[in-house]
Amino acid sequence: MAQPPRNPLAWLLIALAMTLVVLLLVLPLVLIFSKAFGAGLDVLLANLVDSDMQSAIRLTLWVAAITVPVNLVFGVALAWCVTRYDFRGRSLLLTVIDLPFAMSPVVAGLCYLVTYGITSPLGQWLSAHDIQVMFSPIGITLVTIFVTCPYVARILIPLMESQGSDEEQAALTLGAGGWQAFWHVTLPNIKWALLYGVVITNARAVGEFGAVSVVSGAVRGQTLTLPLHVELLHMDYNTVGAFTAAGLLACMALLTLVIKTLMEWHQQRSQRLAAASSDGDTA
Amino acid sequence: MSSALFFRRQPVLPGFTLSFGLSVLFVSAVILVPLTALPLYLSGLGWAEYWQLITDPRVLASYQVTLKAAALAAVANALIGLLLAWVLVRYRFPGRRLMDALVDLPFALPTAVAGITLTTLFASNGWLGQWFHRFDIQITYAVPGLVLAMAFTSLPFVVRALQPVLEDLSVDYEDAARTLGANRAKSFLYVVLPHLRPALITGTALAFIRSLGEFGAVIFIAGNIPFETEVTSLMIFVRLQEYDYEAAAAVASVVLATSLLLLIAVQRLQHHYLKRLQGN
Repeated sequence: MAQPPRNPLAWLLIALAMTLVVLLLVLPLVLIFSKAFGAGLDVLLANLVDSDMQSAIRLTLWVAAITVPVNLVFGVALAWCVTRYDFRGRSLLLTVIDLPFAMSPVVAGLCYLVTYGITSPLGQWLSAHDIQVMFSPIGITLVTIFVTCPYVARILIPLMESQGSDEEQAALTLGAGGWQAFWHVTLPNIKWALLYGVVITNARAVGEFGAVSVVSGAVRGQTLTLPLHVELLHMDYNTVGAFTAAGLLACMALLTLVIKTLMEWHQQRSQRLAAASSDGDTA
Repeated sequence: MSSALFFRRQPVLPGFTLSFGLSVLFVSAVILVPLTALPLYLSGLGWAEYWQLITDPRVLASYQVTLKAAALAAVANALIGLLLAWVLVRYRFPGRRLMDALVDLPFALPTAVAGITLTTLFASNGWLGQWFHRFDIQITYAVPGLVLAMAFTSLPFVVRALQPVLEDLSVDYEDAARTLGANRAKSFLYVVLPHLRPALITGTALAFIRSLGEFGAVIFIAGNIPFETEVTSLMIFVRLQEYDYEAAAAVASVVLATSLLLLIAVQRLQHHYLKRLQGN
């Protein structure tokens, strides 16, 4: 139904949309990389190998490396549970899983602070056993899991709902076990959505700022993630450094967009193929 | 509990116990326990003290600033989102796919990165800010910067809510309206817009909720002047840095309650429209 623009109004709307996208989305990206490279390659490299930057990169990768698998397993379990069975409390579960989306990240961080901080019984018990959760990488990981936990489930649920469970039921009738049906039938059907879920969870985990800054304690070289390091460098008026860290994060954001686009292409192509083959059947 | 009471439809596939158990365990540990910790923590406060903390003049000003800026950002997003979704769905033109992909950038880009980038771009000597500066329009460290940061981080909501609905709306309806004598503006207002309304409202509401809680992008650009550009999320953060945990928790509870109510309202709305759609 989309068509080449036919009238002046169409061209005007396209020009307006293009201008907005260039000013609000393209120009910021150009700015990040031009500021990062602005003082030459030597300065960029010096900023990259700086020990604080290195430790921020390492911490950020660690947090993502724990957050993503945890939320992947949970997201699949939850999507399976709410799309394959109809039970009382199902819609409540669906509402609860959306809570992290609607909450301010600062409030999320604060909730974790009063749960695990020294003021709570749990926090006192933990500190009596010499386990520090708040103002440590553990706390950062916990809030990151909280903030990013809806993504995998939210991406999988509409897809698994529309696919239905006929194929799994057929597999069971043919003698497959539950796990076999899951690995050989469900997983291949949802692999692209799963990949996108992982990628967007990773992007959000790597980039989380508000919740992390509440529980981080901001110890240089220890509890600073890359986004917090961006803030620190920005406050220090180290523009090149701040935009170098920002550039790393922007690269990851761009990679996320590429994988999303690839996934959509794949979905459109398989839809077209399915439509074409069903046309062939009726003819 | 008898299983017939619990299940609305008897399960056919195996794996209910595992997936349900895992989900409930996770949701409880990760979401529900920390959320209940906040009211528990506050239960030590008396009502008068609580009321005083949440109605402190500086906090009241921050509610006002946040609500106003988020509302402006949501309205801006409704308009921009309508334009982008319309252009992306209705026309084929070079760069369309790239534009479609770029719309998700604000979701993928960390908010702190968005914050420093928009600040540098719109500063009075920045690439875009200098043009506004010539007309004496201050963007950074003022309310327009606040709105800009909120609008940027929630830009994809409206576009992504509208796109599928617009794709389903056949051009035939408009053509029919046109043959019946409606002009382009009328056919848009009376045929297209009513059809888009549910998605437009949902998308705008989600953008509004997101803007209310926005922190990362906002703190860099807003200047954070008390009573003028200090948002409520920042107010909570400031109280924490003063080690006034009770005040921080009290203000946070107001924000939390507001976002919960809004979220439930949006879900009700979606449910309502879905039902009406299926009823037709």
